[in-house]
Amino acid sequence: MSNLLQIQNIRKTFPGVVALDDISLSIAPGEIHTLLGENGAGKSTLMNVLTGLYRPDRGEILFDGAPIHFNSPRDSLAVGIGMVHQHFMLVPAHTVFENILLALDGVPLLFSKKKYKQQVQTILDDLELDLDLDDPVWKLSIGAQQWIELIKLLARDCRLLILDEPTAVLTPQESARLFEVLTRLRDRGKSILFISHKMREVMELSDRVTVLKKGCSLVTLKRGEYDENRLASLMIGEDQIPMWIKPACKRDQLALEIKNLSVRNTRGRADLDNFNMKLYRGQILGVAGVAGNGQKPLAEVLTGLKEATSGRILAGDKDITNSTARSSYIAGIAHIPEDRKSIGIAPDMTVGDNLIMKNFNSKLFRRWIFQDRAAIRKNATAKIDQFAIKAGPDGNPVRYLSGGNIQKVIIARELSEKPAVLVALYPTRGLDIGSAEYVHKVIIDGANQGMSTILISEDLDELLKLSDEIVVMFRGRLVGCVDPQETTREEIGLLMSGEVQT
Amino acid sequence: MKLITEKRELSSQLFRFIAPIISVLVALFVAGFLLQAAGVNPAQAYFEILQEALGSTYGLSETLVKTTPLIFASLGVSLAFRMQIWNIGAEGQIYMGACGASGVALFSGIESHPVMITAMFLAAFLCGGLWAGVAGILRARWRVNEVIVTLLMNYIAILGVDYLIYGPWKDPKGYNFPLTAQFSDAARLTEYFDTRFHSGFFLALFCALVLYLFMERTVWGYEIKVIGSNPKAARYAGMRTGLAIFAVLFLSGAIAGIAGFGEVAGLQHRLQHGISPGYGYTAIIIAWLAKRSALGVVIVSFLMGVLLVGGDSLQLTWQLPVAFVYAFQGLILFFLLASDFFIHNRLKLVKGDHHA
Repeated sequence: MSNLLQIQNIRKTFPGVVALDDISLSIAPGEIHTLLGENGAGKSTLMNVLTGLYRPDRGEILFDGAPIHFNSPRDSLAVGIGMVHQHFMLVPAHTVFENILLALDGVPLLFSKKKYKQQVQTILDDLELDLDLDDPVWKLSIGAQQWIELIKLLARDCRLLILDEPTAVLTPQESARLFEVLTRLRDRGKSILFISHKMREVMELSDRVTVLKKGCSLVTLKRGEYDENRLASLMIGEDQIPMWIKPACKRDQLALEIKNLSVRNTRGRADLDNFNMKLYRGQILGVAGVAGNGQKPLAEVLTGLKEATSGRILAGDKDITNSTARSSYIAGIAHIPEDRKSIGIAPDMTVGDNLIMKNFNSKLFRRWIFQDRAAIRKNATAKIDQFAIKAGPDGNPVRYLSGGNIQKVIIARELSEKPAVLVALYPTRGLDIGSAEYVHKVIIDGANQGMSTILISEDLDELLKLSDEIVVMFRGRLVGCVDPQETTREEIGLLMSGEVQT
Repeated sequence: MKLITEKRELSSQLFRFIAPIISVLVALFVAGFLLQAAGVNPAQAYFEILQEALGSTYGLSETLVKTTPLIFASLGVSLAFRMQIWNIGAEGQIYMGACGASGVALFSGIESHPVMITAMFLAAFLCGGLWAGVAGILRARWRVNEVIVTLLMNYIAILGVDYLIYGPWKDPKGYNFPLTAQFSDAARLTEYFDTRFHSGFFLALFCALVLYLFMERTVWGYEIKVIGSNPKAARYAGMRTGLAIFAVLFLSGAIAGIAGFGEVAGLQHRLQHGISPGYGYTAIIIAWLAKRSALGVVIVSFLMGVLLVGGDSLQLTWQLPVAFVYAFQGLILFFLLASDFFIHNRLKLVKGDHHA
């Protein structure tokens, strides 16, 4: 079998860290190959090597049997390697067609719009995708935006498609549709490199799976050679996935009550529409829903980043509807934001500085107008130790940390003031199993000590495992409330799609 | 064979440090060609610059006189840069500071020296601050680009001062020259060694120290750094970014305004046309060269002072136009920006064509 892509003994180091150590991997034409590994295992680094963002220190990449060297993503696109990133690279104000056109090479200065449109439409029809080329991108759902990213690559005739955690933002139904399309593309000879943490998907979709651990490619398994337990144990290095004991919530003491809350966005549409919810002390309340149905505004309004248009939020007997982020924090609401890199951290500052971002003004870290550097350093050492953060050398800017470790920095900071309520938005998105388990443990430990959590997630397994109660959001409304002990994935999936209401 | 550029993952600390020095040397080298073209021997000219600016008590005192306003203005500019706010309006803020201080000196009638100087200082601080504060409010409330606002307000400030000195503030006994009356002795800073060197220089050094402590040690400095690094994260952490933008621009302009105070109280003893020959623009180059550090600002301001004084002598002895000094400043900034590229990238010669 001649391979489309062959990676041989790739090594890549960063100052003080070996990110990839002797990675070998091959991808055949017409294969779906899944890359599985914890955060910090080197998946992102490997992707960045393949797409030309990083240069390996050593080793060889063969494409079609010929050695290649990339200097920029342009080079890798030129040979036919394309990637759908976790964060979409789209221009929201432009139409679907304009975005696709941007991705094409060699479009002449004066071009026939009709001809190109026809070309793109053919791809759409071929995959049976229902997408209006003249719609502006901002109007589309996240799922539809992902299709655009994929079509951009197909329009360029890429031969190897790399998808980084594509299902993280999709409903179960949308994921199923994506798999269908990927399988079809595979059957036509496209090679697909798929990155995922979700075992079920991996089992369903892959022809082969390569497990990465600590920068090494551990083992490549063919379909049939693996099952869920084997993969999980390879990834996290133990045979058993620990299950945490869910705390029984007594529901006697109200922690937070949301009454008829509405939030309008800048375009005047309702982000939250007459939303009602009760949260009890020590409860973990799961919020399910497809991304973009009001979860983010809910979190933002709770943490004071957005103003409510109408309605009230009560904490105990205190009205906290309109307060700034700081006074909410003092009132005891912590927030793990959705987009950790863009709003959770100050990337150029040290881990220690980032750990005090929320309470830098507290007496703990301040003497009069001066910062208490010794106390800040001590706090950093303690938190790094307590949360097992791999922080690198002293004074390391936080942007050099891996995604999982950045998330740990944020969680360590948010939980340091012993909040009464935690609003966690997709707290394990993009995290490896080990880190995700750790986040779950922190949330459950908190609940045992009386912290109430609003857990907003798209990972049904996570919601089912942790929550005392699951509510489902659709278009800014609460459309259902189910008991995790009794419900099924299908029931939640249907609620998420807005087709039924309980 | 072809030349390609490649990203450095780890930019060398040493190179980061010496890059500004190399940029200045390369600028000297290139400017050498300009001198040659003007019929001047570059080595001789450079020697003369040093000789003139540092070789005598008079030269050194003149250099420090020019260094003083440069330190103030550059400190102001670099403070804003730390928060990724681009204050291009130090020139106008100097004029406003000078204008405020002059107003107090001319019309307050205060006779006590310390009270007069303090009042002038505060007036300059306030005028410079409020002038920049306008851009701060526009930026914080309506997201108006501060680069445009601060830049354009320079012209308003300069022409506004011109109006005063050609009009209502003109010295009736000044033979119609565009300048105000001389300040009273109460409104003059102390001068030393029988030169024009005045105590404003020490105030500038003190200001640099205060600003250093402010940025590196205080809670506010921390806030500014967080906002500069990621404004969204700062908002999420509960910082009032709008207020911070206004406060930083106000402070930035206020410090630049002190430069104007120093010029009228220490040097000219009156408000006159062209009170700043572009110190506010040079300050942008200095802030960049100094990597926005307070200590760096002091050192680089001194070097620029040398260049200005030395450049003056080139005009006298070789009849070179003053434009030469500006061209040289431009070259330094140009190579400095280029060096930023080489800090993060390296050039590499590769054989053959690797693009499949």
